[in-house]
Amino acid sequence: MNIQALQSLLDGILMGGVYALAALGLSLIFGVLKITNFAHGAMMTVGMYVVYALASGMGISPYLALPAAMVLMFLMGFLIQRFPIHYIEKAPAHNQLLLTLGVAYILENTLLLVFTPNYQTLTVSGFDKALRVGGLTFAPAKLIAFCVVIVVTGCVYFLLYRTHTGNSIRASAQNDTGARLMGINVRNIRAAAFGIGAVCTGIAGGLLTPIMSIYPTLGESFQLKCFVIAVLGGMGNLWGALISGLIIGVIESLSGYYLGGSWSDMLIYGVFILILFVRPTGLFGKVNRREN
Amino acid sequence: MKTKKLEQGTLIVLLIIAGIFPFLSGRYLLSVGISILVMALLGQSWNLMSGYAGQFSFGHAAFFGIGAYASSILYMDYGLSPWLGMLVGMVLAAAVGVIIGFLSFRYKLRGDFFALVTLAFAEMLRVLFNNTKALKGATGVLIPYKNAWREFQFADDKAFYFILLAMVMAATIFIAVMNRRKFGVCLVAIKENQEAAGSLGVPVLKYKLSAMAISAAIAAMAGTFYAQYYGFIDPTVVFAASISVEAIVPCIIGGAGTLGGPLLGALIIIPLQELSNSLFEGTNGINMILYGALIVLFVVFCRDGIYGTIIRRLKGVKT
Amino acid sequence: MDLLRVQDVSKSGQGNLAVSHVSLTVKEGKITGLIGANGAGKTTLFNCISGYYHVTSGRVLYRGQEVQHKTAEKLCHMGIARTFQIAKPFGMLSVLDNVAVGGYNKAKSRKEAYQFAEQSLQMVGLWEKQENLALLLNTGEQRKLELARALATQPQVLLLDEVMAGLTPTESREMVELIGKINQAGITILMIEHIMPVIMGLSHFIYVMERGKMIAEGTPEAVSKDPKVIASYLGEGLEVE
Repeated sequence: MNIQALQSLLDGILMGGVYALAALGLSLIFGVLKITNFAHGAMMTVGMYVVYALASGMGISPYLALPAAMVLMFLMGFLIQRFPIHYIEKAPAHNQLLLTLGVAYILENTLLLVFTPNYQTLTVSGFDKALRVGGLTFAPAKLIAFCVVIVVTGCVYFLLYRTHTGNSIRASAQNDTGARLMGINVRNIRAAAFGIGAVCTGIAGGLLTPIMSIYPTLGESFQLKCFVIAVLGGMGNLWGALISGLIIGVIESLSGYYLGGSWSDMLIYGVFILILFVRPTGLFGKVNRREN
Repeated sequence: MKTKKLEQGTLIVLLIIAGIFPFLSGRYLLSVGISILVMALLGQSWNLMSGYAGQFSFGHAAFFGIGAYASSILYMDYGLSPWLGMLVGMVLAAAVGVIIGFLSFRYKLRGDFFALVTLAFAEMLRVLFNNTKALKGATGVLIPYKNAWREFQFADDKAFYFILLAMVMAATIFIAVMNRRKFGVCLVAIKENQEAAGSLGVPVLKYKLSAMAISAAIAAMAGTFYAQYYGFIDPTVVFAASISVEAIVPCIIGGAGTLGGPLLGALIIIPLQELSNSLFEGTNGINMILYGALIVLFVVFCRDGIYGTIIRRLKGVKT
Repeated sequence: MDLLRVQDVSKSGQGNLAVSHVSLTVKEGKITGLIGANGAGKTTLFNCISGYYHVTSGRVLYRGQEVQHKTAEKLCHMGIARTFQIAKPFGMLSVLDNVAVGGYNKAKSRKEAYQFAEQSLQMVGLWEKQENLALLLNTGEQRKLELARALATQPQVLLLDEVMAGLTPTESREMVELIGKINQAGITILMIEHIMPVIMGLSHFIYVMERGKMIAEGTPEAVSKDPKVIASYLGEGLEVE
């Protein structure tokens, strides 16, 4: 493996971390609400623009804007669940798919209305200098993104596995009726789960803002990737999503290096279809298959 | 029986209006009419596979794109008349539909996962066409204008309009006839309960695949029409996820699994879009926000669609 | 003559044997009953016979031919029809169309399918409701619909899975009468039932399952006196009507 290949491997891992965080949100939402969230990409874009607006409007570092973005994303997710999604929880799967698609249109085009369809670029001072170790280049934005991903993921895990709210969320993912009987306010818990999912994807988006030029439909291209990762990890399996995120990040950048960027998309979709057919429960085999 | 008469009556009235319309409208309105019919045709195609047979597709762009490309490439490179190219495209799309369906049903994919597979196939085709020189790559195909029947090109948009109207009618009549035959009744039975249908001797797999094949062929027909009428296609246009959505939305607004649903849906959405386009000219986004809101409202408050709700009421179903 | 024979069938599910080395015989023209407590494996055995589950081992013979690997569709064409424990009406189809789906199984034309459908509906007494959507029927009517659909396939043997579940006493009595009538018309019946008096009164021969095994078989009188069966049904008031 030459140095360029090693560089792509590194980039793949760093980007994979960001994908993993976004897919973690998708997987969490599916696990708790049994909804395939087609608004996930749009929610990610909202995260990008929130960070962009805060950073460029107030002149602060995008990373300082993240906590505010987290709060906003949580509220948005909470509200999306409480208003439209709550009313169709018992409906057949495709209704939920369509509903979230409608939500995606609303979010994306609100961004379009406010920020115009033009590309927006956030320049962060000092980020033009890359860190060089050996022959490898570490882009500061990607490096910081990966570190933030680790921290945020840690927080999400702490929240889910060490707090009362988290226990309730996991309980209602396992057994909704049981959770209800335990006196858990399932309505709020589900909304909170959607909120946390929105935070994950929104932060993933926000971390991309200093890395790439953003536009209102950018999230769409990440959405399918999130599906691929979440399905590969097993829909609803949170650890699976993280590991698969890294796997897909690496596959993408290595195949991009060896085959060219567009063929790497082909490869990823191919992997996706294969997994859906052969192992719809994902690589790590948690049984959570949707039948209706 | 009453509902059947009402249904037939509504369709005949719609047909008469559609027949007179081009003679009363100018260029702009005629183009709106064509947009409505394209959406109606796509909707009717989706309706067959997803509304009647219950296999929710999120990738009808795949079939649409195959139809558009098959006729265009065969015409540009081999001089084949787009009429014949359209037939080739229909057969190809049907074959792809059967392959996707066979694999999905073989591996027992249902619901969301089936939708995701269809989506992934459409996306894969988009990337494939975008990056393959032999398939014209990202530049797409520009079809030169020649006014001739053989070339599927007409100086007068009315000709396009009536050809498209005939296609929509053909699809609708096909479904109407199907509804009264074994195939149609059994498709609904499969949608309602596949297990029970199988236990009554319904050839479940064969029927589901047939529905997919016919649906794909209709979408391919719409694809060829699109290529011939607009004269230009590229992968990001004809394989776009928005095409797949355009096949679904008229059915949701009008009513999936009903004969007139997609027609009514298209008749509502396109004018609404045109209206909001002209009202909010110059402001991006509002148009699509309304589109999204419409989807959300219908899914939450009127899940069976307008036409579907009326039919259900007439048949005595409450709520 | 033995129409249907189950030979040493086992079916494992999630590690344990849901049905273990079970054999039974259904004689042509008779009503055979299969009883047992909840979870005894009756429905699992049914699903093995009707082509929904693959048996883990053993054979199912229909008119001497091995059918354990055939699909439900094929079995239906061969003349084995079934009903489900939970009725599965095609809600958005009319009652008539529901039954016609079954009718098409043997019919050579649309007309014939609807003739079969009409006959079945007349038989179960749902003909007046033919135009209704199936989802508008009540539980009792849905059971009858389920039965009519199976009858319309022109079966030689009918597998009934707890057809009395959820019926009112009046509906149950009608259903008992109906099953008798269907049998009179020459259709062999294998039925699972929970309500003892019903099955004791109707069946010519009875099999008893417990925890996946066959524990007794015989005429209703013999079975009801079998100590193993009485122990199995302790407190459930096992009586022959």
